[in-house]
Amino acid sequence: MEGCMQDFEPTIIAFVCNWCTYTAADLAGTSRLHYPKNIRLIRIMCTGMVDPQYIIKAFLEGADGVLVSGCHPGDCHYINGNFKARRRIKLLKEILPQFGFEAERLKLTWIGASDGIQFAEIMQRLVAKVKDLGPSQAKLVMVV
Amino acid sequence: MATTAKINVSGNDVLEALRGFFKDILKTDDIKAILVPQHLPMKDMVMPALVADPDQLDNADPLAPAFPINTAKIVSRLTRKPMGAKIAAVMRPCEIRAFVELAKLKQGRSDELLIITTDCLGAFQNRNYRRYVERYGIESTLRFYQSVLDGNIAEMEGADLASACKSCEIPVASNADICVGLFGVDVDDHLLVQSQTEAGTNFLNQLKLAEIPEPSSRRDAITALVAQRKAYRDEMFASTREATNSLQKMTAYFANCVNCYNCRVACPVCYCKECVFVTDVFNHDPCQYLRWANRKGLIKMPTDTIFFHLTRLVHMSTACVGCGQCSNACPNDIPVMELFRTVARVTQQAFNYQAGKSLEQDPPLSVFYEDEFPEVVGLGV
Repeated sequence: MEGCMQDFEPTIIAFVCNWCTYTAADLAGTSRLHYPKNIRLIRIMCTGMVDPQYIIKAFLEGADGVLVSGCHPGDCHYINGNFKARRRIKLLKEILPQFGFEAERLKLTWIGASDGIQFAEIMQRLVAKVKDLGPSQAKLVMVV
Repeated sequence: MATTAKINVSGNDVLEALRGFFKDILKTDDIKAILVPQHLPMKDMVMPALVADPDQLDNADPLAPAFPINTAKIVSRLTRKPMGAKIAAVMRPCEIRAFVELAKLKQGRSDELLIITTDCLGAFQNRNYRRYVERYGIESTLRFYQSVLDGNIAEMEGADLASACKSCEIPVASNADICVGLFGVDVDDHLLVQSQTEAGTNFLNQLKLAEIPEPSSRRDAITALVAQRKAYRDEMFASTREATNSLQKMTAYFANCVNCYNCRVACPVCYCKECVFVTDVFNHDPCQYLRWANRKGLIKMPTDTIFFHLTRLVHMSTACVGCGQCSNACPNDIPVMELFRTVARVTQQAFNYQAGKSLEQDPPLSVFYEDEFPEVVGLGV
């Protein structure tokens, strides 16, 4: 079992905001920092535009984890998109676990534009956490 | 100050007393029409009707165990713009709650509306009501309210209250303008009329009904009924949770679903004017289906069934009032209400919100605060 867990390479979909976390990812790249290849970045203009449907779709298609990451409170380019995102993530974290999707598979973080180092570290920690959870049930079950 | 008064009942005919009360309301200068469940002349089906002529109220039947539609949607249609006159609407408690949710979303207004409610005796599923009314005809409502008020709610000669009603812990509204009380009242003699708002008090005073105190038996009767309902409800929550707590189980739960979206159409608080699931977003390219089938080996058609129900839960579970119209509308007998109420209970508690309770409570996703839900942010320990 342990060996199997070691081999498990999760797929993590990360919705990152253009102004902060995507810029941090860019900085991590230009700084030649390493972060795991399990993260699939999707750049969006603001975490406030991440429709809960995107997250549900990602999980139903077999994502092992979903990250939504944007600007720190007060730094949102659109003033308060990150606060709206926080309520939506709260809602999803109430609903998805009722159907067996562990709340830990869905994460919200604030990573500022200059936080390149933190970005790489957080991605490594995130992948390790999702690896511990094992594959998502949507990979093992037929989704209708 | 709330007013408590009585309407006299003669000849043990509660319905006739209610009709008389509605006629008196319609004869006032304020109210130009009244929306009330009414037996249709061509068939013994009960539907909401907007009645302007007091003489047309002889078929009004607010106590029939028929619940073909959540009237909140009708009232929303009637009040979305100024009408230029005031109307009254006779609504069940869950219909009032749904209307409150719609009014918060500016899909209805209460300033030209007088909401009248009766203690809710519950209703059958549509098909059971049709059977019941075929069997007992004109007598059916009489038989029904007598057996409910006698405490015989579980089995009614083969017909059974809808599970939404059996699990409803709010059979008596607290946010109508005027409430007609039946529980714990000697209905052979009189009905109780109480105002619940200032507008209701002013209106009742104008009718000059004889004031009486609320009988002490009323609180007890309501408390006992609510306790019974809550017990049924909590059992329903537990068994539904057990039946859906994994993707595999949820998939089995919705195995009969044909994506007809009737539940969404029937839902009074599904507020989108155009549902994303009927737009081109979900009208995928033919080659897309083939790509999915190639990738997964097989895909069930139509696709996106679980996606639809999860999305609907995200959209409306915080506004769910538990009326059960979703289950009523399902052509394949999926217990939709059971699941939606179970999830709604959790989401509404998470935001400390009670759907339909008051216009003052903001819908959870319409507001945010700087300092809240710190547990949601970060990777955790």
